Amino acid sequence: MLDTTQDSVQGNEQIVNEVCMTICTVNGSGSATANNILYRALFRMGILTSGKNIFPSNIKGLPTWFVIRASARGYTGRVEYDDVVVAINPATIQKDVSYLRNGGVLFYADHLEKPEITDKEVIIYPMPIKTLMKQVDVPRNLQSYMENMLYVGIVGQVLRIPEEILKATIEHQFRSKPAVAESNFNIVKLGFQYALENIEKKDRYYLQQLPELSDYILTDGNNAGALGSLYGGLQFCAWYPITPATSLVESAIDQVGKLRKDPKTGKNTCVILQVEDELAAAGAALGAGWAGLRSMTATSGPGISLMTENIGLAYFTETPMVIWDVQRVGPSTGLPTRTAQGDLSMLYTLGHGDTKHVILIPGTVTECFEFGWRSLDIAEKYQTPIFVLSDLDLGMNAWVTKRFEYPNQPIERGKIIWEEQLEQIKDWGRYKDLDGDGIPYRTVVGNMSKKAAYFARGTGHDEYGNYSEDPKNWSDMLNRIGAKLEGVVKDLPGPIIRRAKADADIGIIGMGSTHDAMIEAQDILAEMGIQADYMRVRSLPANTEVREFIASHARNYVVELNRDGQLRQILSLEISEYSEKLISISEIGGLPLPAAWTAENIFAKEKHNGKNC
Amino acid sequence: MEKTVELNRLGLALADYKGKPSTLCPGCGHNAIANQIQAAIWELGLAPEKVMKLSGIGCSSKSPNYFLNRSFGFNGLHGRMPTLATGASFGDSSIKILGISGDGDTASIGMGHFKHVIRRNVPMVYIIENNGCYGLTKGQFSATSDQGLVLKHQGVNLLPPLDLCMEALISGASFVARTFSGDVKQMKELIKAAISQTGIAVIDVISPCVTFNNRDDALQSYSWGREHEAPIQGITFFSSREDMQLENFEEGTYREIELPDGSYIVLKKIEKDYDPTDLNAALDLLTESYKYHYFATGLIYFSEVPPAIQEQYDLPAEPFNRLTPDRLRPSQESLEAINVSLF
Repeated sequence: MLDTTQDSVQGNEQIVNEVCMTICTVNGSGSATANNILYRALFRMGILTSGKNIFPSNIKGLPTWFVIRASARGYTGRVEYDDVVVAINPATIQKDVSYLRNGGVLFYADHLEKPEITDKEVIIYPMPIKTLMKQVDVPRNLQSYMENMLYVGIVGQVLRIPEEILKATIEHQFRSKPAVAESNFNIVKLGFQYALENIEKKDRYYLQQLPELSDYILTDGNNAGALGSLYGGLQFCAWYPITPATSLVESAIDQVGKLRKDPKTGKNTCVILQVEDELAAAGAALGAGWAGLRSMTATSGPGISLMTENIGLAYFTETPMVIWDVQRVGPSTGLPTRTAQGDLSMLYTLGHGDTKHVILIPGTVTECFEFGWRSLDIAEKYQTPIFVLSDLDLGMNAWVTKRFEYPNQPIERGKIIWEEQLEQIKDWGRYKDLDGDGIPYRTVVGNMSKKAAYFARGTGHDEYGNYSEDPKNWSDMLNRIGAKLEGVVKDLPGPIIRRAKADADIGIIGMGSTHDAMIEAQDILAEMGIQADYMRVRSLPANTEVREFIASHARNYVVELNRDGQLRQILSLEISEYSEKLISISEIGGLPLPAAWTAENIFAKEKHNGKNC
Repeated sequence: MEKTVELNRLGLALADYKGKPSTLCPGCGHNAIANQIQAAIWELGLAPEKVMKLSGIGCSSKSPNYFLNRSFGFNGLHGRMPTLATGASFGDSSIKILGISGDGDTASIGMGHFKHVIRRNVPMVYIIENNGCYGLTKGQFSATSDQGLVLKHQGVNLLPPLDLCMEALISGASFVARTFSGDVKQMKELIKAAISQTGIAVIDVISPCVTFNNRDDALQSYSWGREHEAPIQGITFFSSREDMQLENFEEGTYREIELPDGSYIVLKKIEKDYDPTDLNAALDLLTESYKYHYFATGLIYFSEVPPAIQEQYDLPAEPFNRLTPDRLRPSQESLEAINVSLF
């Protein structure tokens, strides 16, 4: 088995389906398509793969990297070294090769200056990109784009991706444009043929076809979130562009016309509206939710800052809406194109005064779909804003993920009542708790009953919505809202727990997009002799399973991508009797969590802990 | 003898259009607006359930509580009422929206939203209860306060005012009017006309703050308004052509404008012939009235109504918020097709 913590490749045997490859290009050169073809080709070979785009906040001209990791054992988290580097960018080539392991492989465009490598053995394959391009007639504006297709062919051939897989992948990529597919494949074939005839394979990395991953699809979390929302009966989405949330709404725009035609009239049943800023996005989503529409907005941290006041108003007026926060690195403008988990604390009690919100935290792309529809149900059932907390890594990178499953329960509209139901209630008040669950009955505009109207307001109000400064009214209202949201926990997705193979003294806790890396870290720890149970928290407030997991381990390492260990802080406060059992492992470089780093950190802390004993 | 109660075409009395008792200062201009809103809607024979009231924050924004108890209302955030209206307008587009705002709410904190809600053409009546000061925080300058205005704790206002009718015009509003809390007859006719619009209709109502900004020389005071008001036309609203009584109008002294719902306003010429369909004339009027210190009121601008935002989306004709869940969730087969396409 390959030791992922080792920095040198030893021995002579073939290394099959275990490779981390970084393609180093210039952004705006069209390399994304080429990289996606390589990535999808691996997926189509049945190999579990991840593809992570490390890109700049820029449109053209700055370095960008695409990291493909294939793993025979299904580990798709980020690793901190490369087995293979494909160097196309002259500005970074010298640095790019520094990440290569001893025994690694360098493909480089031979018009670049050959990098100096003195500290390790590297197998080097020059690629005559410019020379080969002279053999084909490509329009000037497509030159750099097509050059990328050449490395797809060369690298693909050397790593033994079958030509027909490349062909099928390209046909899939350009399925609506067969002519484009053909011209792209011709270039790929040119590279492939060149490699076949001219490159003598000296490295040990091989990709080998496995049985089809038929339960899986390849897509990103933002597309999944958009689809989940559309299948959840979303009717109104107001938004403002922001990286990395933009593609969530754009995915919805792309698909809404096809998916959301009224079966009865053929008319549209979902409105997506770009507004002037995030204040307006939240305000419009709130207005729509209040008026009885299934409503959402999607943004990232800076947008949440601007939406705060409206979300506080939604909380206090008990108006349902869903807010997707696809996190990037903060504070401030931060690193707009890098990933983090730094918004958790902000969201949990977002807004002034006493607030506490429900947060759903998907950890896989499939869960982004599921939480997309579920969040709309929970928002309406509990008449409150619901956050779905994703991040750039999960949202914008394509993942091999389980197929989407159709919602297994009908759309939940909660306690919306129309004329007839209202007539049956003797003394209805918009904020009156008639069922003892803290959830009042809700009327919406258009209800023609004389009794239906109420005046929603962010100011103090009584059970009927009348203005009130009465101390008891105020405390009753706020306490009921608090109690209502204690009831929500039973409807939230509980934690995913993966037990160690033997009795485990320690627990490791994560959330969101670090899932794959956490599983790998758990296995590495086992190889290092430390048994650890793993729990992924999928929602806040946490349920009793989370409490029991923490209680049942001597030490729990809470691993997260932020500076202060926000999940650990929240769990420490809410499960305070076990707070001494919670230890923070946090990382804030803007990149996805590396498993080896995580395991080493936990190992070091455990060793230290052992010495103290 | 028992007093008979007058009923409108729905059989409702004016009392059915009342709100809660006002808690604004006695004599506040905003109370006159509340009264005219309920009178106008009652006279139009529009059911209170067919109206929603939205507002921001400030004295103005408290006032929706004081009319139309039987209408849904939402007293939202400072300056953000237009955003609330944008979302709420999709809930049931048969419900008329009355957006109530003030000069602080619209001209300062909410200026961006004001202009964008016009640009989007959210179908609503946008009323600014403009008193040239912040009342609820006890008398600070607003962005419509006149340059040189002196307020008790503020000293002299150094900055020139913004003209909200001008802002509405250049943002593309198809109905822009200015009126005065001291001219309730004109105000009521304009409110009726605005409600009969299908796009956004903006009415800037100069509405004195009797407590903090009512000195005789103040631009938004009762006395200044009464002395300087110069209506640009006489306005009479008729709910249909059949109701129109043109015998009271002398030939050549009036023009009639048909509103999108089939109602009419008849504009009677006063002194100069003012053409409310001429955008440049409207801009000139506003520029000159400020420059020469007169208070032009009336229908400042009217044009063909561009499509309301809902018309851009090809939505079902019935209320959007009454669509049953089975019409909102795509089929299982469609998801299977997506799964296949993502392999």
